[in-house]
Amino acid sequence: MASQTQSQFNAQLKKYYSFYTGGFIAFVIVVGILEQMGVPNKILGYMFLFATILLYAGIGFMSKTAEVAEYYVAGRRVPAFFNGMATGADWMSAASFIGMAGTLYHAGHDGLAFVTGWTGGYCLVALFLAPYLRKFGQFTIPDFLGARFGGNLPRLIGVIAAITCSFTYVIAQIYGVGLITSRFTGLEFGVGVFVGLAGILVCSFLGGMKAVTWTQVAQYIILIVAYMIPVVWLSVKQTGVPLPQIVAYTTVLPKVADLEKQFNDKATPKGAAEDSVRQIFRDRAAAADAKLKGLEAGGANFLAEEKAKLSAKVAELKAAPAPDVKAVEAAEKAVKDFPADAAAAKAAWTKDKAGAAARAAPVKAHAQPYQGKDEAAQDKARKNFLALVMCLMVGTAALPHILMRYYTTPSVKEARISVFWSLFFIFLLYFTAPSLAVLVKGEVYGNLVGSSFASLPAWVSNWATVDKTLMNIADINKDGIIQLAEIVIGGDLVVLATPEIAGLPYVISGLVAAGGLAAALSTADGLLLTIANALSHDLYYKMIDPNAPTVRRIAVSKGLLLVVAVLAAYVTSMKPGDILFLVGAAFSLAASGFFPALVLGVFWKRANKLGAIIGMSAGLGTCAYYMYMTYPFFKVNAPLWWDINPISAGTFGIPVGFIGVIIGSLISPAPSKEIQELVDHVRYPNLAGDIDTSGR
Amino acid sequence: MQLTDKHKEYWQKTLRMTGLLLAIWFVATFVVEYFARELNSITFIGPLGFYMSAQGSLIIYVLIIGFYARYMNNLDQEYGVHEGEDE
Repeated sequence: MASQTQSQFNAQLKKYYSFYTGGFIAFVIVVGILEQMGVPNKILGYMFLFATILLYAGIGFMSKTAEVAEYYVAGRRVPAFFNGMATGADWMSAASFIGMAGTLYHAGHDGLAFVTGWTGGYCLVALFLAPYLRKFGQFTIPDFLGARFGGNLPRLIGVIAAITCSFTYVIAQIYGVGLITSRFTGLEFGVGVFVGLAGILVCSFLGGMKAVTWTQVAQYIILIVAYMIPVVWLSVKQTGVPLPQIVAYTTVLPKVADLEKQFNDKATPKGAAEDSVRQIFRDRAAAADAKLKGLEAGGANFLAEEKAKLSAKVAELKAAPAPDVKAVEAAEKAVKDFPADAAAAKAAWTKDKAGAAARAAPVKAHAQPYQGKDEAAQDKARKNFLALVMCLMVGTAALPHILMRYYTTPSVKEARISVFWSLFFIFLLYFTAPSLAVLVKGEVYGNLVGSSFASLPAWVSNWATVDKTLMNIADINKDGIIQLAEIVIGGDLVVLATPEIAGLPYVISGLVAAGGLAAALSTADGLLLTIANALSHDLYYKMIDPNAPTVRRIAVSKGLLLVVAVLAAYVTSMKPGDILFLVGAAFSLAASGFFPALVLGVFWKRANKLGAIIGMSAGLGTCAYYMYMTYPFFKVNAPLWWDINPISAGTFGIPVGFIGVIIGSLISPAPSKEIQELVDHVRYPNLAGDIDTSGR
Repeated sequence: MQLTDKHKEYWQKTLRMTGLLLAIWFVATFVVEYFARELNSITFIGPLGFYMSAQGSLIIYVLIIGFYARYMNNLDQEYGVHEGEDE
């Protein structure tokens, strides 16, 4: 292997992965044949789960290594094309694969902040960071901070920032792993988390970055195939054209827009039917409101009276000549679930009121940006959209597990090309997700609404029995016909149910689950490795024991990997907070902590140690402070600054970070000649008489 | 290590191209999204404001990065700061 040239290696990789892709397709076909022969779905689900995890374990095993450069940066011989695929898998998480299309289904245009934010950030990676980090060429992002700004303190802050944002993010990934495993195999969520964890560890534990890289390439292939097949098929089914990314907007979107108008117009038959359902929800909201007002006036007495009314109703139902068993049960449940005290009652009824009011609201137009009841609300929506896009973009260009990938290419030239391939492979999924949201909306608005409850499509009744939070459908106005206001769809359903909506066999649903699992596992792999490397390489080797022999460095890293993974799984099994917020928080934290110091480190020679220390800690601090003060989870609920939502806390952290670096640098002496030479060193791919920073 | 004028010129060109592409990125993202409501009155494949955020801007990003890689790799050659092949 050692004497092999890069181009031979490249050709060999292409051969391997072509075989692999063919083998995987053959596997899917075999499973499909088994399905036709009557093997039950649950067994097929297990087959997908274990076959893919076994595959990743196999790649991990074959890539096992004890060499430092192999373990940390895959030997720096990953060609641009393959590094692009690995970055794509590293980047696209469970949130992108399963959640994104659902977010777009519900939020319409305003959900596109995630689509542009999570792709446009790569422009910043390409222009400001990837080639320069590659030239610097060591192992971790804190390495660069340590060398560029001198001393252990910038490195230490870098380690803290890397761990904070990666750990927040990895919890969201392991959560996704647990969810997918439990849904498709029937295992319990907690068990699912640990099965998934095993899949993550077999790979990264044995071969570090080398194993993770080659597994991520394999995972990318699975996830993109799994995402595309159902969407293309659905597009063919609805429009006859296999180009969902075009026909969704030219053919389906106008139909959806037309139906939206009808649903909101009481003069049309559809609008009248919708309004009869909404009227029921308006009444329910009013009833909850009346109870809240009564509670405010009467306090505990009112609560007791309400409970007495319910108990009386149970007695009345039971006393009837022929008691209706179901009605009695429902009434008894209402008594049992009755809020225990005034505070609980207020919370429950406020929630009822908001829930009913939301379902009574008119349909939002899918393509209409920044909706709001007045000019001020619309401006606020636009401001938050732009702020979120900025935080996601800058965060993309600052997440250590992504930046680290550009250390693994053979040269600066390849690093630049590699960013192109990265975004291209990410783009394939991201420009499909918005069209999938439109296609599914077309199906729900155009075909599901207006059909009768007596003949529900199979996918609807299946998912309604599997999980009420994904598909909740009930004949509210008792007319036997489905109205849009009678359907509640959970975001994740959009991707999960697409194969069934498109009329594809279960094998494709299994494939989608395998794709979602690949997305979550690959991202978790990259993140765990980042955390373990920050601890073992930066904290242990560079700061505590610089004389540690190679064997011990890698042993420490592997040990830490295990500890961090188990810790992350433990935190995940307690189900903390909301996934979308965790993900958003990770981006804002990374953007505020890293981006200013990294970019100014390359583009401004005058930036120095004090600047980096002040800028990074102030940026990180501002961002964390704002999230703590405003995110409901922490129960402080301070007023928002300029109406910016807590998820976009980086809006304040990023400028504070830049100002911090600039002020701190200007009030202290310019960096030494050696450091200025280091800056020149990273700016030019090749200089005569250059210094050498490449880590071996 | 002494930088020649040629080296300085290389860096100036790099900065200029970086600035230019950043400006295009900024317009394709923030200016387009700021005026998304207004752009929606034009139809290009879909309502233009919606289409840009869903697809148009993404295509521009891919092109920006592709162009940058090509431009810089050629610039390296032109100014003699490219790396040896297959190192």
